[in-house]
Amino acid sequence: MIYRTAGQFKTTYASDQAIFPIVQDRVVVTLALVAAFVVPPALASEYWLQAVLIPLLVYALAAIGLNLLTGYAGQLSLGTGGFMAVGAYSAFKLSTAFPHLDIVAVFLLAGLVAAGVGLLFGIPSLRIKGFYLAVATLAAQFFLIWLFNKVAWFVNYAPSGTITAPDREVLGVLVTGPNATSGARYVMALAFVAIFGLVAKNLVRGRLGRAWMAIRDRDIAAEIIGIRPLRTKLLAFGISSFYCGVAGAELVFLYLGSAETLAFDVNQSFLVLFMVIIGGLGSILGSFLGAAFIVLVPIFLTNAPHWLGLNMSVALQKHIELMIFGGLIIFFLIVEPHGLARLWQITKEKLRLWPFPH
Amino acid sequence: MSATDGTGPLLEVEGVSVRFGALLALSRVSLAVGHGEILAIIGPNGAGKTTLLNVISGFYHPYEGRIRFAGRDRTHLKPYDVAGLGIARTFQNVALFKGMTVLDNIMTGRIIKARGNLLLEALYWGPAMSQELRHRAFVERIIDFLEIEAIRKTPAGRLPYGLQKRVELGRALAAEPELLLLDEPMAGMNVEEKEDMCRFILDVNDEFDTTIVLVEHDMSVVMDISDRVVVLDYGRKITEGPPSEVRTDQTVIDAYLGVPHAS
Repeated sequence: MIYRTAGQFKTTYASDQAIFPIVQDRVVVTLALVAAFVVPPALASEYWLQAVLIPLLVYALAAIGLNLLTGYAGQLSLGTGGFMAVGAYSAFKLSTAFPHLDIVAVFLLAGLVAAGVGLLFGIPSLRIKGFYLAVATLAAQFFLIWLFNKVAWFVNYAPSGTITAPDREVLGVLVTGPNATSGARYVMALAFVAIFGLVAKNLVRGRLGRAWMAIRDRDIAAEIIGIRPLRTKLLAFGISSFYCGVAGAELVFLYLGSAETLAFDVNQSFLVLFMVIIGGLGSILGSFLGAAFIVLVPIFLTNAPHWLGLNMSVALQKHIELMIFGGLIIFFLIVEPHGLARLWQITKEKLRLWPFPH
Repeated sequence: MSATDGTGPLLEVEGVSVRFGALLALSRVSLAVGHGEILAIIGPNGAGKTTLLNVISGFYHPYEGRIRFAGRDRTHLKPYDVAGLGIARTFQNVALFKGMTVLDNIMTGRIIKARGNLLLEALYWGPAMSQELRHRAFVERIIDFLEIEAIRKTPAGRLPYGLQKRVELGRALAAEPELLLLDEPMAGMNVEEKEDMCRFILDVNDEFDTTIVLVEHDMSVVMDISDRVVVLDYGRKITEGPPSEVRTDQTVIDAYLGVPHAS
């Protein structure tokens, strides 16, 4: 099918305000979503599901969360790992304290707990901006990890200090715990990221999204229009932390199976921030692209020498992988500082005019 | 549009003083703006014109004096509350949301008319959606009025300066203000753009019955479009009156050109 918009006339504001105003986009996205639910669980190998697709979806959710806060509301945060940890430990406590509570409810409640913590650490944002705010959120990161290390109650006094996902079912299918199939866990992660991706898209194209972007672009002008800075920023922190919290719970329950605080250290915060920057600040699609880039490229680089038939030592291979990965990040940021999402957008615009660009 | 009874002035500034440290930026300035009036505030650089607008819109709070809007005291309100009363403004250096489209910029201007419901907004469903469409329809009327249909999907940051000023006016109009504060709406424009802007200001005043207070340096514009002129110098009001009188007032001429020292 050719990417053409000729003959597609919008006769109502509703059709112009739709998420995907172009017919081809709607078709492709619907097909991709259906395919994502059907194909991988049926065809993909255990390795692909467990090591590639599940972390990709979990990180995409976290990246959407951070993108709402940093990309849309313009509040730089380095506390993502901490907020993910809050979600993970809350989910663990909730599912062990109330074994009959539905696991979906556990995830959502864990997200709410994270949202509350996020709100608390968002309060300084009224006074502090930019890099200074980033440092303030770094305090959240270190404090939260310290708290979960220090207080044994959070891990139910397990001497190892690890939290483990218990067996839980959704509609009679085991989705968490050591006995759940990777296919079931994949579908669970996909359902969450699809629904909350849509919710995020709805929020950013409406009243709240515009208020966030207004605060990001010109806070003084936003205030004179009637936007309350504190309330708007706190909502961004709360909703963003909700996403990160759910992603954190998924990281343990759907991906790792069990984890210590090390899984949520500051590297995690940076990783999600890189996803958002490379994917595109202020773009929901960018969150997916960024997560895909950060998750897929190292896997590709790890396997590339093997596919090429090269024999090299593991250490050397690891070093080369890091160098190429870093180089690629720099390359993409130079080619398009606004991220992969903008690159994709430009491609689409060119495609609409192709083959007569003038 | 509001609960004003139509009698008495819309905005009253009574003996307002603003101090930044030792600097007295405004000293006991009083003025009144009637319904439907176009009032120009002029004065040499540093006279306190922008400070006065900032006091009216709630960025600064006077250390003495009072501000009454539509008969109610609002001296100590915050900027975001001032917006709710029906006061909108533009800025001397354009303060658009550069990353957002023209359409989104003007839609943002309607935010005080929108009601929030997080759950419905998350689903983009029911009242949340119909509200969006209602505001879109209103915003489109402003876009038509300002003749910026062709750029509605363009990010504001990519527009030339003159158009940015026009979009900023649109954003202020979106709130359906009773009082519109314009801080140097013609600054940095060429003659044609100035003529367009004058036309829009007069049309806004005419069609929407919006009261307008503007700060402007271009005297020909001020003399042409304003009903009344207030002249500030060193934070004091030195005179006020119709443009024809102010133009010939000796104190105004002295303020702009200086007074010869008696030697």
